[in-house]
Amino acid sequence: MATGTKFEYAPAPESRSIVDIKPSYGLFIDGEFVDGHGKAFKTVNPASEEVLAEISEADEHDVDLAVKAARRAHRSWSRMPGSERAKYLFRIARIIAERSRELAVLESIDNGKPIRESRDVDIPIVSAHFFYYAGWADKLRHAGYGEQSLGVAAQVIPWNFPLLMLAWKIAPALACGNTVVLKPAETTPLTALLFAEICQQADLPPGVVNIVTGAGGTGQALVGHPDVDKVAFTGSTEVGKAIARTVAGTDKRVTLELGGKAANIVFDDAPIDQAVEGIVDGIFFNQGHVCCAGSRLLVQESVADDVLERLKRRMSTLRMGDPLDKNTDIGAINSSEQLHRIRELSEVGDAEGAERWSAACDLPTKGYWFPPTLFTERTGPKTSSRAMVMSLRTFAKTVGRTK
Amino acid sequence: MVSGVPGKPMLGGMVASESEVEKTPFRDLDVTGSDSSLRRFLHGLPGVDQVGAEQRAASLSTRSIKTSAKAYALDLAISMVDLTTLEGQDTDGKVRTLAAKAISPDPSDPTCPSTAAICVYGDLVATAKQALGDSGVHVAAVATAFPSGRASMDVKLADTRDAVEAGADEIDMVIDRGAFLSGRYLEVFEEIAQVREACKRRTGRDAHLKVILETGELQTYDNVRRASWLAMLAGGHFIKTSTGKVQPAATLPVTLVMLEAVRDFREATGTMIGVKPAGGIRTAKDAIKYLVTVNEVAGPDWLDPDWFRFGASTLLNDLLMQRIKLQTGRYSGPDYVTVD
Repeated sequence: MATGTKFEYAPAPESRSIVDIKPSYGLFIDGEFVDGHGKAFKTVNPASEEVLAEISEADEHDVDLAVKAARRAHRSWSRMPGSERAKYLFRIARIIAERSRELAVLESIDNGKPIRESRDVDIPIVSAHFFYYAGWADKLRHAGYGEQSLGVAAQVIPWNFPLLMLAWKIAPALACGNTVVLKPAETTPLTALLFAEICQQADLPPGVVNIVTGAGGTGQALVGHPDVDKVAFTGSTEVGKAIARTVAGTDKRVTLELGGKAANIVFDDAPIDQAVEGIVDGIFFNQGHVCCAGSRLLVQESVADDVLERLKRRMSTLRMGDPLDKNTDIGAINSSEQLHRIRELSEVGDAEGAERWSAACDLPTKGYWFPPTLFTERTGPKTSSRAMVMSLRTFAKTVGRTK
Repeated sequence: MVSGVPGKPMLGGMVASESEVEKTPFRDLDVTGSDSSLRRFLHGLPGVDQVGAEQRAASLSTRSIKTSAKAYALDLAISMVDLTTLEGQDTDGKVRTLAAKAISPDPSDPTCPSTAAICVYGDLVATAKQALGDSGVHVAAVATAFPSGRASMDVKLADTRDAVEAGADEIDMVIDRGAFLSGRYLEVFEEIAQVREACKRRTGRDAHLKVILETGELQTYDNVRRASWLAMLAGGHFIKTSTGKVQPAATLPVTLVMLEAVRDFREATGTMIGVKPAGGIRTAKDAIKYLVTVNEVAGPDWLDPDWFRFGASTLLNDLLMQRIKLQTGRYSGPDYVTVD
């Protein structure tokens, strides 16, 4: 009997063998994979820096082909009865559910997020979204929305929830009779390309969904394309502003979902243990790569020490490591640029005199990693009208640009 | 206790000195001086958010415990079982069978650990004690008019003394839930303290006291936390969820709240209290979820039969079957383990 020894969880990795990653991927235009004319780039596994695949880059010409394909497809897709469009969407939703394990593993490999999250959060919600909007497709007229579609939607999405962001953008657009050209983020294109295969599997008419991969230049070409009716973007505030400038004065409609960092506020009558859970979920979920991550913490002074102590204890139990291990709580930072940005901002915190505390954990030698970190500073509003005199700023892993 | 947060700084003023801390029950503390001060303290404890506690328990249940970790967890769980029979139809023969099983749960494998204790009614303690001999397996007896606790204090104390005199190593008492729910906290405190007194032996080898809160009757997690603190302040060595006679019995969120309570109590006073979920834990998979929760909420110090127990009857067989499966790679089936 081994009492008193530590309860070490044995590695419980999800198998990679379910996913077949090709050495290179083209663009998905008009129902077919074609080579791009830009400079190909590589996508890496952020947990190991292993190169996963070579990805084509779409130049202006490729983007033009994609928009033209979407325009052609729009003629028949928009005239199709809603109940018929729904059939395609239901089929896609079912295939996503059936291939959920494959999608979850691929998402974790390409993004660095723990398999627990991609398996229990991302992919089930993706499938649920397609089911939901499939149900709307034949009810728009009855709900008073009419049946007039917009046309071709140009969609640019971030890397923090790659497939989920794709679902948020594509499912409603298709349900309403629009066709789309979507650009996934440069660092996380793989699940979008697998989704393209799922569109083929579902016999979706060619051109209804087009996926063009690439970096900022491709995105610019897409949102600036004159034959696009709608621009939808989720990502950083700077890029959002640039897009707003590009579409200003045109007939294009635009939706921007940009960044913002939220505060947690804890008063002394809070259920402290659950408040700590809320803080931890708020900032460390998805490595803090969340547009509304709770990166600031304001605590009433009378419980500040207690909350801080409990928070540190809880942070010390977070398990960081292989994203494919089912017991991992925190995976890898998505890219070296993000890691660099987090380090840079942490140094600013140090320079400003905030006290830095990081949970003790062994960081893997390869890959992009940053330990769960907490900055405290007690120089907040001194004697304001409220009793909150302490501002703990949790920076860990996130500050900066996320969706 | 204005803010009533069980962190070190708050309770620090309450606890006179380190040496005094060792002397449970905490009669000298001013919080237990009167009904109103006790109420102020218990109601000043931070609340428990139901959604948050249940969410945390659910996320801990998704841990994947495999291979070597599973082997460790199964053996640990077996060594934590209080193998229980609490039926009107219990006989001496049944108790002797149970004792034999507790000593060597898997007779074909000497490396299989014994269970921590067997748990019986008071009149069967002598039989159990004799059957267990010097095996090291403890005898736990339920007392104080188990399971309802509806008897006069004299009867409850006599019940306890009877079991202690018969040689019980551990006493599982029930609190007066009626008194607790109607807010007569001091009465419950006194009850626990007196039963603790009745657990004493002249030899100095006192019976350990487990206090059953019967969480299925306490209605809210806030009440579970208050009852836990009340039982700890009054001198219980263990806090236990349920009698097993009331539904719901042990649940993971309730156990989580109690584990937070013992963790906070040790931080505030230095005294370590054990936790025993009982009733409704039937599978090895469930038992492992509890061990993960102990590990990540209270900490590894509690991963020991002295500080964590499972009150169960059918759980042991599933643990044994999983253990055999892990060793041989095959399921042996329920025909290969004893029914009782």
